[in-house]
Amino acid sequence: MTGFITHRIIAMLLTLVAVSIVAFAIIQLPPGDYLTSYIAALSSTGDQVDPRVIENLRRQYGLGEPFYVQYWKWVTGVVRGDFGHSFEWKRPVWELIWGRLGNSLMIEGMAVMVMWLVALPIGIYAAVRKYSLGDYLATIGGFVGLAIPNFLFALILMYLAYIWFGTTMGGLFSPEFENARWSLPRIWDFLSHAWAPVLVLAMAGTAELIRILRANLLDELQKPYVTTARAKGLPEWKVVLKYPVRLALNPLISTIGWLLPALVSGSVIVSVVLNLPTAGPMLLRSLTTQDMYLAGAIILLLSVLTVIGTVISDILLALIDPRIRYGSK
Amino acid sequence: MAENPILTIKDMSVSFSSPDEADIEAVRQVDLTLTPGKTLALVGESGCGKSVTARAVLRLLDNNAEIRRGSIRFEPEGQAPTDIARLKPDSLPLRAIRGNQIAMIFQEPMSSLSPVHTIGDQIDEMMIIHEGLKPKAARERTVALLDQVGIPGARERADAYPFQLSGGLRQRAMIAMALACTPQILIADEPTTALDVTTQAQILDLLRQLQADFGMAMLFITHDLGVVAEIADEVAVMYLGDVVEQGSVYDVFARPSHPYTQALMNSIPKLARKADRVRLSPIKGTVPAPKDRPEGCAFTSRCPYAFEPCPTIRPAQTDVGNGHHARCHLLTRVPVEEPA
Repeated sequence: MTGFITHRIIAMLLTLVAVSIVAFAIIQLPPGDYLTSYIAALSSTGDQVDPRVIENLRRQYGLGEPFYVQYWKWVTGVVRGDFGHSFEWKRPVWELIWGRLGNSLMIEGMAVMVMWLVALPIGIYAAVRKYSLGDYLATIGGFVGLAIPNFLFALILMYLAYIWFGTTMGGLFSPEFENARWSLPRIWDFLSHAWAPVLVLAMAGTAELIRILRANLLDELQKPYVTTARAKGLPEWKVVLKYPVRLALNPLISTIGWLLPALVSGSVIVSVVLNLPTAGPMLLRSLTTQDMYLAGAIILLLSVLTVIGTVISDILLALIDPRIRYGSK
Repeated sequence: MAENPILTIKDMSVSFSSPDEADIEAVRQVDLTLTPGKTLALVGESGCGKSVTARAVLRLLDNNAEIRRGSIRFEPEGQAPTDIARLKPDSLPLRAIRGNQIAMIFQEPMSSLSPVHTIGDQIDEMMIIHEGLKPKAARERTVALLDQVGIPGARERADAYPFQLSGGLRQRAMIAMALACTPQILIADEPTTALDVTTQAQILDLLRQLQADFGMAMLFITHDLGVVAEIADEVAVMYLGDVVEQGSVYDVFARPSHPYTQALMNSIPKLARKADRVRLSPIKGTVPAPKDRPEGCAFTSRCPYAFEPCPTIRPAQTDVGNGHHARCHLLTRVPVEEPA
């Protein structure tokens, strides 16, 4: 098992190096750089820019240097915890994204938990009582959940909240808590704001999870070992939970790592609609203004999260499935 | 000494329903008796309802199956008899019988064991649920059991996963699991079909020896008449959902009374000198689908001796001596024909 884990972690580090190169390449891909769009923005307002000032700025930021020099500067900074400066905000990138990324992780982590908590019992029920009324309801609900776009659901929720409760939804904190330190009232304030985005983000995922779990479990329930478990004299619920459910979870656990980036990129529109201070909208904005260090940091961190998530799900999978643990030598 | 039967199946019928087809009566008429310490082999070709019969005894059939008729009377020594056919599925009395008093071994030792639990974990469970043993004590018993069924290095193997064992060892582990609570009846559903011939012989020896040690009754499902001859005391022959003949191995093999049994015996290849060899005579025709089964004797469509009553009237059980009986109109016709 330790061999398996070290193996995975080495592979993870190599992947991270590759990911950082790709991330940097991506933010360099669009023609021009931040200064080009900066000049464009200035000239559109009628300002004239002295070419020498531009040249100085370009040298200062090292924008004229070859790719590998820029990359090396950037990546050595990242390793030391320095993600560079945001051109647009004129502040260190780390300061900017720290809070945003934290919010993202919190909201999306909660969404993942809600997804599993809701989908697990419903999926199991739908498989065990196949073609029952409950199964049909879960199926209908699942398709509706899959079919409604997230942002539309968010808009509907906002509308309903306004009509019924007279409150406007949006943001993650009330103004007085916006910049306060974490405290019990602030947590309460956060939760009272967060439930809506969490619900919106979890909806489609829950529906999908129910469908996958039901299909997996239906397969597993047919397997002979389930009959063996029944023949032992185990009560039915224990038969189902101990044997087929455990196997049906395998494919789901192996995809935990992908949930995070999917949620972050999927949540951009929802975040814009609900005015959430998460990483998604910031990434979008930094990409349009070619604020390369900011965009690079967000992309890199998301990729790191994905890679780490994948390693975690690999290790989890090895823990619950001995065939993987012993098979990988 | 005529011992009391421990399990009596009387006139059992099992039907499967499906939402878009007519119901299928997979088992139409089964009468069987099991005696402690004896092995009854249930033979028949694929699809004749042997496995359904075996599973019905423990009520392991799918939800769409229903025992429409008949009784499964389970009479353990010193206990009031129960009719298993009338017990509610997943009820406490039924679960107390499953695994504890009647245990079962399945055909595919790989897929019948959970791939993600250790052998030991799966065997311990039996004693934990039925005897309330602590996990540690259960593990001790498991190791002793694994040792008894001839698994070398039992203590380490208890921590192994099924995929780490060979087919033969897996089947031994399966047997150890079935015997964990010293059941009075062991149902073996083609336990050797998935194994190679050498392993098969070892498993049969093991089962016979364990039966002598534990004194349990055994219901042995197989389609292999060679295996029957080796292990069984009694045979019941099934054809398309009906038990057509039951008797001691010697009687049935020496004097098969039902045309189907006779045809089966004729289709076994025999070792003979070249000059004495005869062509194998297979049974003509194919097995009809259960929905095309004649109202009377199921074998009518392929029977060389079929006559007027066969397609319409269900033959009664006729005793041909020594507890050997068969269901065939020929057996009752003979005395009527002779005076004519």
